[in-house]
Amino acid sequence: MDPNPTVVTAGVGILSDALDNQGVPTVRVDWQPPVAGTEDAVQQVMLDPRRTDANQAALDAMLSAQASLVDVRPARDVLGLEPGQFLHAGPPITWDNASGPLKGALIGAVLFEGWADTPETAEAELARGSYIFEPCHHRGAVGPMAGVVSPSMWMFELDDATQGRRAWCSLNEGLGKVLRYGAYGAEVIERLHWMTDVLGPALQAATRATGPIDVKAIVAQMVQMGDEGHNRNRAGTLMLLKEWLPALVTAGLDGSDLADVVRFVSGNDHFFLNLVMPACKLVTAAGSGIAGSTVVTTMARNGTDFGLQVSGTGDEWFTGPAQLADGMYLGSFGPDDANPDIGDSAITETAGLGGFAMATAPAIVRFVGGTASDAIATTARMYDICVGENPAWAIPALEFRGTATGIDVTAVVRTGVLPQINTGMAGKVAGVGQVGAGLVTPPMDCFVGAITALAAAAPSIDEPVGRASGSPAASL
Amino acid sequence: MRQVVVRKGAYRDSVTLMQVTKELADRPDVAQALVAMATELNLDLLDQLGFARPDDVAPSDLLIAVDGDESAFETILDAVEASLDRRPTTMAGGPGDLPARSITAAARRADASLALVSTPGRVAAIDAADALANDLDVMIFSDNVGLAEETRLKDLAAARGRLVMGPDCGTAVIAGVGLGFANVVRPGPVGIVAASGTGAQQMLALLDGADVGVTYCLGVGGRDLSEQVSGRSTLAALDLLEADDSVDLIVLLSKTPAPASAERVSEHLWSLRTRVILGYLGPEQPDVTATAEAAVTAVGGHWLPPPRIGGTATRSRGYVRGLFVGGTLCEEARLIATAAGHRVASNIAKDAADRLDEHLTARGHTFIDFGDDQLTSGRPHPMIDPSLRLQRLIAELADRACGVVLLDVVLGHGAHPDPAADLVPVVRAAAKPLVVSLIGTRDDPQGSDDTARRLADAGAIVHRSNAAATREALDLAAKP
Repeated sequence: MDPNPTVVTAGVGILSDALDNQGVPTVRVDWQPPVAGTEDAVQQVMLDPRRTDANQAALDAMLSAQASLVDVRPARDVLGLEPGQFLHAGPPITWDNASGPLKGALIGAVLFEGWADTPETAEAELARGSYIFEPCHHRGAVGPMAGVVSPSMWMFELDDATQGRRAWCSLNEGLGKVLRYGAYGAEVIERLHWMTDVLGPALQAATRATGPIDVKAIVAQMVQMGDEGHNRNRAGTLMLLKEWLPALVTAGLDGSDLADVVRFVSGNDHFFLNLVMPACKLVTAAGSGIAGSTVVTTMARNGTDFGLQVSGTGDEWFTGPAQLADGMYLGSFGPDDANPDIGDSAITETAGLGGFAMATAPAIVRFVGGTASDAIATTARMYDICVGENPAWAIPALEFRGTATGIDVTAVVRTGVLPQINTGMAGKVAGVGQVGAGLVTPPMDCFVGAITALAAAAPSIDEPVGRASGSPAASL
Repeated sequence: MRQVVVRKGAYRDSVTLMQVTKELADRPDVAQALVAMATELNLDLLDQLGFARPDDVAPSDLLIAVDGDESAFETILDAVEASLDRRPTTMAGGPGDLPARSITAAARRADASLALVSTPGRVAAIDAADALANDLDVMIFSDNVGLAEETRLKDLAAARGRLVMGPDCGTAVIAGVGLGFANVVRPGPVGIVAASGTGAQQMLALLDGADVGVTYCLGVGGRDLSEQVSGRSTLAALDLLEADDSVDLIVLLSKTPAPASAERVSEHLWSLRTRVILGYLGPEQPDVTATAEAAVTAVGGHWLPPPRIGGTATRSRGYVRGLFVGGTLCEEARLIATAAGHRVASNIAKDAADRLDEHLTARGHTFIDFGDDQLTSGRPHPMIDPSLRLQRLIAELADRACGVVLLDVVLGHGAHPDPAADLVPVVRAAAKPLVVSLIGTRDDPQGSDDTARRLADAGAIVHRSNAAATREALDLAAKP
């Protein structure tokens, strides 16, 4: 026993006072009960002998994950998407329950693929169930906002050599009227065709000629350059372009196509988001499927539901209603115009970026309606709900502390502190596009669902602790 | 000795790596060092420094190249790992300034080694598990924690080499620091392992009265020696005291253990070199005062019977009504009365025939433990808030069937700042004998000598031994 203990106290203040009176250093917990109704489940999970080792194993795997851009290829080739199949953001959803922006993006994708001539026929066919759509996450992919992927769209392909896993994401279309915000007008479809005909092949040639590009290392640098990797990707985009440029110039492209490609990439500050996201997908996937682990491996929204996946419960989704972001609106848009939270981009927070790295991006805090000190406090609070820190992604404003990594379901339910997500806001009417940006949290329901399932999967408290049940990281 | 260690995929920024390299090069046992990412540039540098280039490395791998004393090599590598894993100190306005919402969060803010959990019993196991996950010893003051949860917590603690004190652990002393309800004692040769809170406090007070010091008093929870928990924390606490050279004598206090647990403890004692005195409170067993006497004698101290102050009282027709805030004190009194041939009704009687009804209606000699789980659910412990006991005291003084009142008054950290204050006017007005067992030490914040004098001045008979107080109370009660 430590003869000069520093004592953490939780509960009755008078007992802490007694220690203060004896000159003993104490740290008082600002204690509050777990979310009402979860007490038994939280206890069951906290007493699971596998938990601490399993969470450490999940964290170690997440930190060891690599993420290199190795190729750019069409979705039909890399994901095996067949005609009539789509991917979308978030947890599974039916057409009837889909939100405006997701419906708009699906209509646009039908038009882009040439499976229908008019939005009306596209919508009728979608409503009739003529097409199959499933979450990007089910195929190891991620998509921002509506996240709709159709077979002809080109995808970034990222590789994690440590785990032997790949992840994919579509190419970013830029801002304004774009498919991912649910717009499907002629200009949107025209741009998608240009991306398929010119941009995709050009980036494929540049990537193949350059060789693997270490996206995780670029993320490490961008975090020190004021990008939090979700709502600000400016430095990352330029660093990526810098990697590509020599090979792009010598790829034998038509001169005006080359200029268009460079202009398109450098003119879109969010271009690199679509590489941060699959890099984060590789990080979180590395921590998935570890029995007994309470680490969150997916946060994703489809515009209607917010979905959560957890390491110890595998592919099961825990959902709740997607929330409206709190933030700033573009032009004359207001809260009535905004759709609830949408997109797979919360994978960035799941891996320790975005809201979890907000302290590093004071330049955007006003855009999402905050102050620089709010940003530091928000990020700082996230450490309390995470299993560890990622030293590879160090925040200068926090004395180069690594970003909080590995959201622990038990910590969220115990403290009531929800993960903080930086996000863009889509208009709720299909075709409107982006209306603003702000801060949003998952609904607590997702975490309540997750803790309930984790408790059901935990060994009974009445069972003796054996060697087998105490061994870490048995795979699911 | 020259060696290159590769850490796969362990990225650190170049400034950090330059700092670590410099720290390393500054060591007297290191001739040359390079800690860097395995980029082509750094691999060339490695060549120039004369290190063998490792095979199969990528720029995302970390190189640790050291030319240093062979004998110190392990130490050098450990130091590199420690520097690489060092977390920055937090700054003003940083995370350290946010209130911690959980034990994990608090443990990360300070180099803590112990957690004191007094959250509601229904969720206290959650906080205790949180403490253990952070490698803290934990004292669970809360009661109403389930037996299965207790057992599991103690298994989790054993796996991490930590101690769980409790649940329902009221008292602990660690190197002079009192946790929970603890009396102020001087350090000394005795270590106490206690499965009972107020039993431990009585022991602390009696040893202090005999000028025998106590360095550790480790509570293990009242059910630790039950069949199910089977002494998990008791054995761990015995081992901790065994490992501490300042402990010459261990006193183990408990209510009667389950036979299998008693067996387990007995067997374990063979592995200890430190002397152990067993104080199992039960029928035909020595009371706590007798155990204290044995302990004082064993360490060469001078034992005198604990003091009694107050006048002589005349016998009073009626029954003894014992109103206790301390569970072990109530149990000890009940055992003494039973051994003397009296029948005692109590809320903590094991025999259903002797158990009080839910309204605690008095029946003959009646001893009530106001600290029992069922009376503390949703309210503070009576040592903190004695109002429920005070109401009952007033009622008993008015009850014609009550001849003598027996009360415990417990002092120390955590207890009511002046328990005598509310009692003195009631005692002064009492028309029947009132015997107090005062559990406290001279250095307690409330001052045991002062408290004893004020109660005696008001007309009470004040004992420092609960056993002696009980015997006098029984003697004073004439058959009604």
